[in-house]
Amino acid sequence: MSAPLIWIVFPGLVAVILFIIRRWERGIVIAGTAICAALAWLAWKLPINEVVEAGPWSIKVSDTLSVFGRQFIIEDANRPIVALVFLSAAFWFGGALASHAGKMFVPLGLGIVTLMTAALSVEPFLYAALLIEMAALVCVPLLAPPGKNIGLGIIRFLTFQTLGTPFILFTGWMLAGLDVNPGDQSLIFRAGILMALGFCFLLAVFPFHSWIPMLAQDAHPYAAAFVFFMLPGIVSLFGLGFLERYPWIRSLPSLYPLLRSAGVLMILTGGIWAAFQRHLGRMLGYAVTVDIGISLLAAGLFTGDPSSTGENASLQSIFFSLLIARGLGLGVWSLALSGLKRHLGDLNYKTVQGAARSYPITAGSLILAHFSIAGFPLLGGFPTHLAIWEHLGQISPLLAFWVVTGCAGLLTGGIRTLAVLVMGQEEEPWQFQEKGILLFFLIAGVLALFLSGMFPRG
Amino acid sequence: MAELWIAAAFPAVIWVFLTSVSLLISQNWRWIVLILALQYMGVFVLTGIHWPLEMAVVKLVAGWMATIVLGIATGEATILQPQSWREAEYSWPSSRLFRLLAAGLVSLAVFSVAPKVVAWMPGVSLAQAAGGLILLGMGLLHLGLTAQPLRAAAGLLTALSGFEILYAAVESSALVAGLLAAVNLGLALVGAYLLLAPNLEEAG
Repeated sequence: MSAPLIWIVFPGLVAVILFIIRRWERGIVIAGTAICAALAWLAWKLPINEVVEAGPWSIKVSDTLSVFGRQFIIEDANRPIVALVFLSAAFWFGGALASHAGKMFVPLGLGIVTLMTAALSVEPFLYAALLIEMAALVCVPLLAPPGKNIGLGIIRFLTFQTLGTPFILFTGWMLAGLDVNPGDQSLIFRAGILMALGFCFLLAVFPFHSWIPMLAQDAHPYAAAFVFFMLPGIVSLFGLGFLERYPWIRSLPSLYPLLRSAGVLMILTGGIWAAFQRHLGRMLGYAVTVDIGISLLAAGLFTGDPSSTGENASLQSIFFSLLIARGLGLGVWSLALSGLKRHLGDLNYKTVQGAARSYPITAGSLILAHFSIAGFPLLGGFPTHLAIWEHLGQISPLLAFWVVTGCAGLLTGGIRTLAVLVMGQEEEPWQFQEKGILLFFLIAGVLALFLSGMFPRG
Repeated sequence: MAELWIAAAFPAVIWVFLTSVSLLISQNWRWIVLILALQYMGVFVLTGIHWPLEMAVVKLVAGWMATIVLGIATGEATILQPQSWREAEYSWPSSRLFRLLAAGLVSLAVFSVAPKVVAWMPGVSLAQAAGGLILLGMGLLHLGLTAQPLRAAAGLLTALSGFEILYAAVESSALVAGLLAAVNLGLALVGAYLLLAPNLEEAG
């Protein structure tokens, strides 16, 4: 038995089976969540390439699966990432019933998770670009469900994700050339440009981010947030893999300032646009833009200096904490948006005016999740934001100022949303109309936001 | 055999230029589907310069399958919603001239860049560079001018074909060929889904 068989082939098969039996929505949500949680637990507990005694049997899970002469490799050192991916999937699938994300959410979501895991483990790892493209194709039915008109956002999403693939594949070919001829400066320059363009497309870096707010407005909020979490999250891990494999990229003096600048640009533009938004879905989209900017910024804070291993390790832990905080924040936010959209039909400010008087828990969760992503103290996003601001402040106070300005813009959007949600044309009495599973998930999510904010290392 | 491929390369460049420009200005969805299918013949010739015949045929077959999927879906969508195509293209007469001019600009850019690409990518012939860049450029132009699912899918398939011609010169792995064929088919299926999704029953 091999690790890719457990974490790629098996969940892939399960995704196909769940898709076939998708009419039993409750069953597939429970099965999908349980299987992802079990796979996360296995990734946490089961060592790879070591003999494990299980009663009378002894099992050894190898790390390699060969397909057409190429390999999928999940090493023992990769287990934390695999556990994180499947735990995130279990977390998102768990809320599928409460959010009414649709019958296709869990099967297609599991398909996306499988393809992304395959992308992280394929060797030569540049084939990952093709697997990420396939995952993007699977996202389309999630984001544009049957029976709804097709918006421009989905076309742009498909276009930008597809255009990223050739750039990454060409980069791979050029990097192979650089292994042979490492001193070729013009080749380094061209490879750098192609790689930057490829990741700009895949990570929705400014100016290729326009599909995010569009999709956040048109698509189901929970499905859109799942895609916003999964795709940029795994692509950024893939990007870190680039830095890991090619030490000369790490030592490029212009790389880190470039990453920081791109991150600051995204935070600033996302924050400013969020401050003036009048649609809660688009607001989520701009918050995602800010959060991708924060990830780029975190990656830009690494130093190419091999002597600063300790500092890089701490930045790496900040990067992973950022992924967890993003998942939690986006999960609660999109769940609350799904609840409001289901009850009110639309997420325009005009429609949601005074909604907090009827749905106070939903509205409160939405605001807290929004504040968490903006880096508000005591909430899940704050510890990572604070660490990043501190590091950035030491490198460039001016950039730190722009980052805080962007986050303040996002926070302003949250305060405006709060004002709109509590105001009413007529002073309606406060009442609780939420019930059932949505209420449970929202309260649990808010508690998790507070706990992760107050005890970040606990 | 190799001489035959090389001799066919420049006619193939002219072929993909004509098909990609026709694709850009065509109004009728049947023509778009037919032209896309014909375009894959040029792609087949240009990839065949470096790839063995059986691998180059994969490109042709995958392309034709993608075209058939798009054709069937568009036909179905037109039956279900006859006005959708016309409504999307309301500014047609003036846009045709604009598209032709834009295609001319793209061609000029391609023919000035192609020799540089040959210098950067050892192994790529001038015909392949020109053919690949024409398809990439026209595909991107197409994508920039439309929000219609069939046109977007055609634009993406065109741009991807251009990339595949260039990439074939540097990578000849069977797995890459298979994955790229799967991506082509996947794009066509997604395009078909986007064409039909508004008329499908809500999944709930």
